[in-house]
Amino acid sequence: MRGLRYALWGLVGFVVIGMGAFATLSFIRSQAPDQSALYEGVDTVGGPFTLVRSDTGETVSETDFADKPMAIFFGFTYCPDVCPTTLFELATYLERLGPLADNIHPIMVTVDPERDTPEFLEQYVAAFSDDIIGLTGSREAIDEAIANYRVYARRVELDDGDYTMDHTASIFLMNTENQLVGTIAYQESPETALPKLERLARLGS
Amino acid sequence: MTRTFLTKAVVTASTAFALTVLPGATAAMCSGEHAPYSEAVATHGADTIAVGELHLFNRRALETPPNARNAGGFLSIYNYSSEPDRLISASSPIAERVELHTMTMENDVMRMRELEDGIELPANAQVDLEPGGLHVMFINLSQPFVEGEEVPVTLTFANGDEQEIVLPVRARTMEMPHGEGHESGDDHGSHH
Repeated sequence: MRGLRYALWGLVGFVVIGMGAFATLSFIRSQAPDQSALYEGVDTVGGPFTLVRSDTGETVSETDFADKPMAIFFGFTYCPDVCPTTLFELATYLERLGPLADNIHPIMVTVDPERDTPEFLEQYVAAFSDDIIGLTGSREAIDEAIANYRVYARRVELDDGDYTMDHTASIFLMNTENQLVGTIAYQESPETALPKLERLARLGS
Repeated sequence: MTRTFLTKAVVTASTAFALTVLPGATAAMCSGEHAPYSEAVATHGADTIAVGELHLFNRRALETPPNARNAGGFLSIYNYSSEPDRLISASSPIAERVELHTMTMENDVMRMRELEDGIELPANAQVDLEPGGLHVMFINLSQPFVEGEEVPVTLTFANGDEQEIVLPVRARTMEMPHGEGHESGDDHGSHH
């Protein structure tokens, strides 16, 4: 009986220590710097591009998007997992931002222009959002954009003549000067991603 | 009075203990030499499929855009055997080819590679095929994955077992944070 009482008091101690640890962690977290802050524009990422809009077929450049900040990422439609996830998350955030989302140009640039024709890219992007703009172009034009945004993209051969692409997965947040002010990583928590996009939208209003 | 308080505290503490520790203990039971199938179902859910001593569960695929060529399929496999096994190949009537792949993120770069030797299934351990990691890769789909439908796939294991299973197709969902003025709709997001 006495043993049982000690055991139960032990349990009480265990729970109290656990609660203390939880409170401490919560406190530390509340003191941490804001993970969703944007930074001063970095101009080593971002630069000129001349590409084709998937929805209109028009040739456009970065100056056509200079009226609002951009949320721009690089992907390809043969991508099984990362790109649809990024598109879905971005589309969900834009929906969530409501009218504020109109202050952002959301853009997906393909790293695989050989397969991603404007029509093909448009069908893919439109399945997620009417607002996200697909950009493609010649191999040279895409390579210029990839270089100017400091993106890594490399073709990897598969069996049977197929190939896939290794590529940078983050969404780049660009101010109206086409300077980098933040990124949203693949599968980043909505807790930080959504406030970043909201701040980006406010830069443009 | 003190006594009542103590009793209450003990009951609360015991409940907390039961809630936090016991599920772990139940999970630990899985790592025994061999668990009966009924126990695996209790642990892994009614959708568990037993292939010999391999238990397949949490099977799913995510819906694809209309003209997607490739897509991933996911499941968890618990190998209750004391011998390691290996998932060596997969095939499906709705894809030209099915491969076993791994995906990694290194310095923000997504890399996907075929696993030529398949996926190892260590003895008495669970392997999860999940978004962002190991997956069954469907190449050149003949039809998109549509929410509510099921993707048939045949898995072949090194021990010679072959099993046709289906992966239920789920909608993409996302948990959104609450508060901070984002209350304009509590749905989990859908692109329809």
